[in-house]
Amino acid sequence: MSKKIHETPMLDELEDGPWPSFVTGLKRLADDGDKPHANMMKDLMGQLEHSYETRTGYWKGGTVSVYGYGGGVIPRFSEVAEEYPESKEFHTLRVQPPAGFHYSTELLRNMCDIWEEHGSGLIALHGQSGDIMFQGCKTEKVQPAFDELNKIGLDMGGAGPALRTSMSCVGHARCEQSCYDEVRAHRMILNGLIDEMHRPALPYKFKFKFSGCPNDCVNSIHRSDFAVIGTWRDDMQVNQEEVKKHVARVGRKQMIDTVISNCPTRALSLNDDDTLDVDNKSCVRCMHCINVMTKALSPGEDRGVSVLMGGKRSLKIGDTMGTVIVPFMKLESDEDFEALNELAETVVDFFAENALEHERIGETIDRIGLANFLDAIEVDADPNMVNHPRTSSYVRTDDWDEEARKWHERKDAKAG
Amino acid sequence: MKNAETPRRAEEHGVPDPFPYMHPLLRKNYGNWDWHDRPRPGVLHHVAKGGDEVWTVRAGTQRQMDVHTIRELCDIADKFADGHIRFTTRSNAEFMCSSEDKTEPLIETLTAAGFPVGGTGNSMSMISHTQGWLHCDIPGTDASGVVKSLMDELHHEFTHEEMPNRVRMTTSCCQINCGGQGDIAINVQYTKPPKINHDLVANVCERPAVVARCPVAAIRPAMVNGKPSLEVDEKKCICCGACYPPCPPMQINSPESTKLAIWVGGKHSNARTKPTFHKLVVANLPNNPPRWPEVTEVVKTILYAYKDDARAWERMGEWIDRIGWPRFFDLTGLAFTKHQIEDWRGGRSSLNASTHIHF
Repeated sequence: MSKKIHETPMLDELEDGPWPSFVTGLKRLADDGDKPHANMMKDLMGQLEHSYETRTGYWKGGTVSVYGYGGGVIPRFSEVAEEYPESKEFHTLRVQPPAGFHYSTELLRNMCDIWEEHGSGLIALHGQSGDIMFQGCKTEKVQPAFDELNKIGLDMGGAGPALRTSMSCVGHARCEQSCYDEVRAHRMILNGLIDEMHRPALPYKFKFKFSGCPNDCVNSIHRSDFAVIGTWRDDMQVNQEEVKKHVARVGRKQMIDTVISNCPTRALSLNDDDTLDVDNKSCVRCMHCINVMTKALSPGEDRGVSVLMGGKRSLKIGDTMGTVIVPFMKLESDEDFEALNELAETVVDFFAENALEHERIGETIDRIGLANFLDAIEVDADPNMVNHPRTSSYVRTDDWDEEARKWHERKDAKAG
Repeated sequence: MKNAETPRRAEEHGVPDPFPYMHPLLRKNYGNWDWHDRPRPGVLHHVAKGGDEVWTVRAGTQRQMDVHTIRELCDIADKFADGHIRFTTRSNAEFMCSSEDKTEPLIETLTAAGFPVGGTGNSMSMISHTQGWLHCDIPGTDASGVVKSLMDELHHEFTHEEMPNRVRMTTSCCQINCGGQGDIAINVQYTKPPKINHDLVANVCERPAVVARCPVAAIRPAMVNGKPSLEVDEKKCICCGACYPPCPPMQINSPESTKLAIWVGGKHSNARTKPTFHKLVVANLPNNPPRWPEVTEVVKTILYAYKDDARAWERMGEWIDRIGWPRFFDLTGLAFTKHQIEDWRGGRSSLNASTHIHF
């Protein structure tokens, strides 16, 4: 039977204004006549209005999962279910989207049909980790909803102390600045470790993110434990004719003010004939000049990735950024990809065995020191890992000569 | 009686392969793009090495979408974009067109349907969005309402490319900061220690885990009214709320003491300067639904000071690095207080150990 709609004067105010209104969307679902979700969304709106009035949240967690998996469902039980009984269970299914967030309208329509039948009809595209969030499901409907989503090729994402859903930028699919095949890296690593997502057994969450260049459009340095960021090690590509055209269009002053002077390592100079002089040995691949002159400048051709680890949000030691663990590795051949995969597995294994409960890998590194972490994952120290060498003298250096000998051996081996 | 059926065992697909869902021009030219430009705000034009061209129209969405909204986006994509949609990390929908002449009618259709076209280049994109009262179990506020209110006010800055550089704003409904770092971040800031319901602690909370969770070791086990519970040293407590998720009887939120703070100067990209964290510029703003007018006012003041004063390509944090914090506080009229001096670990590195003084 159709319920009466609750009065929602505060939410109603959020229907005004030019930005698309989520309240209008909620109302459309509540107005869906005889659809199974209509009553649920009426009470959901009632509870949300109550939150707005009292400035208090009314959801608590619990335990809900699907057969064979230990994670991926975010259970929500209402603390005010007596007043709003139809939305007393309002669980979310976190589902992994296709890498790079590409959809056909057929896939989106199938998702809508399934969610209209089994859930609330409310879908967030996407959550902060990159999940499709199917929001609002009764406990008894979680399994059938997931079964249908699974039958159209979708799979559960991560929640709790587990490998989390990942994100990759548009990259190779539509960006000339992309320096590696993000889809391949994303799917290889995540699908290789998928057991860690579906059967949570890690000390805490672990996130990978994949950005095709140092613009880092998926915010991997801030937001992931393991950031894979495209870069290159040869010279930047310069089309001097296009540089001249750019200077002719914007003028020398603007060229100098917005490109030359903004280079963080003073690696750029404008020649007298309006061509560009690049000191590639000083360039740090920051992307600024390439971002401004998209037609004239491109990344080099000897491409690969930098890997940074340890990014996370506040809990517990405060926000941390990822820091350089691998300054550069090629990422083109099957062997290159396998090497990245092995690094990912090594780090997740180390994390599983050594992190304290509720500790992120950045906190583990903080606790044991980067040097010990590098020893554990068998990566050699590199000056690209630091802003500068230590300034404190409180360190034992009795095996300095041995360490220095290793450094020189590595350098000699590289020089061939 | 019907036997209980064994539930279906999932097919463990993992991350779906995107190629079957990708626009055909993107699939064909995967890894072979040459350059791009932006013919107008909200439109990207990419040219492949082989000569193929694709025009992408970007439109803002409300992120929390009902199926009717998603189907409406699908109808538009079927008509103009060969049946494909891509989403950005900031919940904008992207429609790829195979010819330029489709872009204007597509923009008109999107605009008429209420989806603002923009968010490209040096504009303000959609605000990074957390959950809040709609779905989170520990929220201090509602992200959807804060985001909607701000995007209404700043609609022009989404649909135009008039900013010195891109502006990336974030929201977070608790101090865990799920919204992440931003040029401007609007985050819940608690102002009082948790209020403990001692009757529930022993049954609900794993007490050693809660003790371990506190960043400043202010929580210890205690017997209260004859029951095992926890107590907080309120002089040490920094009101971060870290104890609340593992122990809901340690209620950190209240309608009065849960406030909002604004932070500026966070940056993800490596362009020019290294990535940075945002910095606290004002706290104690009221948590005032449904439209949070006090927050909107401060955000606009900061944003327009930046828009007026920053040089081309300076991000918020880079602008402040140049003009200095004293001038930032002058231009915005905000207060610098002792609470903005870092005293957390490593905080000394944020002090000015020089005679570089801004006058």
